Amino acid sequence: MAVVALKPYPLRPVDGIEHYHGDQLVYWSWDHHLMFAAPFITCPSPSTRVVDFLEATIRPLIAADPDADRVDWTCVEWIRDHEPIAIDVGKSFSENGIGHKDLLRFRTPGMNTLCG
Amino acid sequence: MDMKVQKAKLGLKEKYRLMTRDLGWTPSYQPHEKLYPYAAYEGIVIHDWDKWEDPFRLTMDAYWKYQAEKDRKFYAIIDAHAQNNGHLNITDARYLSALKIFLQAISPGEYCAHKGFARAGREFPGVGTQVACQMQSIDELRHAQTQIHALSSYNRYYDGFHAFIQMRDRMWYNSVPRSFFDDAMTGGPFEFMVAIGFSFEYVLTNLLFVPFMSGAAYNGDMATVTFGFSAQSDEARHMTLGLECIKFILEQDPANLPIVQRWLDKWFWRGLRLLSLVGTMMDYMLPKRVMSWAEAWEIYAEDNGSALFKDLARYGIRPPKGWKDAAKARDHISHQFMLAFYQWSFGTAFHGWIPSEADLDWLSSKYPETFDRHYRPRWDYFKKLADAGTQFRNVGLAKLCQCCQMPCVFTEPDDPTLLCHRERVIDGHRYHFCSDHCREIVEHEPEKYVQAWMPMNQLFQGTSGGGGIENWMRWVNLVDGKDNGDFVGSRDQRNFAAWRGMATSNNGT
Ligand SMILES: [Fe+2]
Ligand SMILES: [Fe+2]
Ligand SMILES: [Zn+2]
Repeated sequence: MAVVALKPYPLRPVDGIEHYHGDQLVYWSWDHHLMFAAPFITCPSPSTRVVDFLEATIRPLIAADPDADRVDWTCVEWIRDHEPIAIDVGKSFSENGIGHKDLLRFRTPGMNTLCG
Repeated sequence: MDMKVQKAKLGLKEKYRLMTRDLGWTPSYQPHEKLYPYAAYEGIVIHDWDKWEDPFRLTMDAYWKYQAEKDRKFYAIIDAHAQNNGHLNITDARYLSALKIFLQAISPGEYCAHKGFARAGREFPGVGTQVACQMQSIDELRHAQTQIHALSSYNRYYDGFHAFIQMRDRMWYNSVPRSFFDDAMTGGPFEFMVAIGFSFEYVLTNLLFVPFMSGAAYNGDMATVTFGFSAQSDEARHMTLGLECIKFILEQDPANLPIVQRWLDKWFWRGLRLLSLVGTMMDYMLPKRVMSWAEAWEIYAEDNGSALFKDLARYGIRPPKGWKDAAKARDHISHQFMLAFYQWSFGTAFHGWIPSEADLDWLSSKYPETFDRHYRPRWDYFKKLADAGTQFRNVGLAKLCQCCQMPCVFTEPDDPTLLCHRERVIDGHRYHFCSDHCREIVEHEPEKYVQAWMPMNQLFQGTSGGGGIENWMRWVNLVDGKDNGDFVGSRDQRNFAAWRGMATSNNGT
């Protein structure tokens, strides 16, 4: 459907990747770990290795959860847009086909101290 | 010489005719459609504007008289409140957080309602509707003004009130009420009326005003009680106008039903999202609570709402689509929000805190199905961290919903242990939503929402003050260490305790 308007009203997205100075938005959410009120929005460079970003940015963000230390990025289950995906964390975002505004959920079955 | 005998007084009916319906005319220089260019494009068909029945038949002369009287009373009490240090009568300085949210998020909404009704008063072709909308427009302006004046007496003493105008435009959580009203004001006059006049004023306003005003009374806040009372008789008129308008639209043509139903679905959901902030104020920010958000929802939404929609069923209207999901969220949203505000308090112009044991017990008793199971363990853990001197701060920025612009704190309607994730690619761009209902609103009119100015995304674009948290704080007028952070140890807490001590004992210095 299209907006009801007096004259043609085009789509004017304001969040395109061209506004992010070569970086891109990536969202993250740790399933069943609700200590963190909402998914995180981050802005890595597509050429960054996923594991480097996870260790430098995501690990500190989730550190307050009692399960955080036990998270092994090579073992977590990844979900994107409700489908499981394989992520080689040793490779970059672009090599993994992770695009602008993708939401990456990770699951750590059997690990839930706080919201089990 | 014959003197024409002046009739002493006009009858009410005659006066109403002369001062409303008689003010209209049939244009001769311009075609009707050019005079009212926004009357038809939304698809609403009106055959006869004269069929519109004015529900209160108020004329402008009487209106001015009533309103002037209300303003006189209001300002007399506000003056007395200021002169007698009325701010020291509130139960506790934590209460001020509720007022700060109200001033930043709700009062600017009154001003938007003023602008919107002024426009509706110009754009509806029916003269009776025009006059009623113009009165409501002036009411809403008065509401914004009386609220700002009432709360300015707190601004003299406490943090977080000083920049509500800039914060309305720039503070991340205020993009929620702002986008709500921007959405309504950029609709046509009929959608605006269904959005604000009916869905907000009629279906949801009691949830906002009744608990908030009784909360103010319970907590010794005479300033807020006074503007509440002053607005109350206006609100009764606004509710009637909203209801009359929707009935009028539905009676005029059967083609209007699906359009109106869609607006109801949309605006009920948008209103619910906005009001979850009120739920948080009610359950957590009132030191002395009136009722829980769940109880208010039961009385004002579930009971009153089902009666209303039973009444509207004869026009073919059914309850809004999000009705069931709203009921499922009832026992969750206030907790989800306060937990969020607590961990993000470095970025809010009001204080957060961990509820006391007694408060947690109250919440357990009011939310027996959900609180002990899902939310109390989180508060307990936050408390453990705070007691150990390692207070939990979530410095991650939040994913926002493309429609309501809320941070996506909501869980799946049927699984409170999992955040609700919804997304959609529209014309090659990916968008995220807090719920099925917000996604549906955007899918229906993507042009409107893909241009949304999303505060968190903008931070990464470097537009909000130039990048970095310090620049951002300067840009939103947030004074670090004063406006934000935990209530415990705040300047508000210290000052209130000291001043109250001076007012109630000999311990003052
Ligand atoms: Fe109002
Ligand atoms: Fe109103
Ligand atoms: Zn939403």
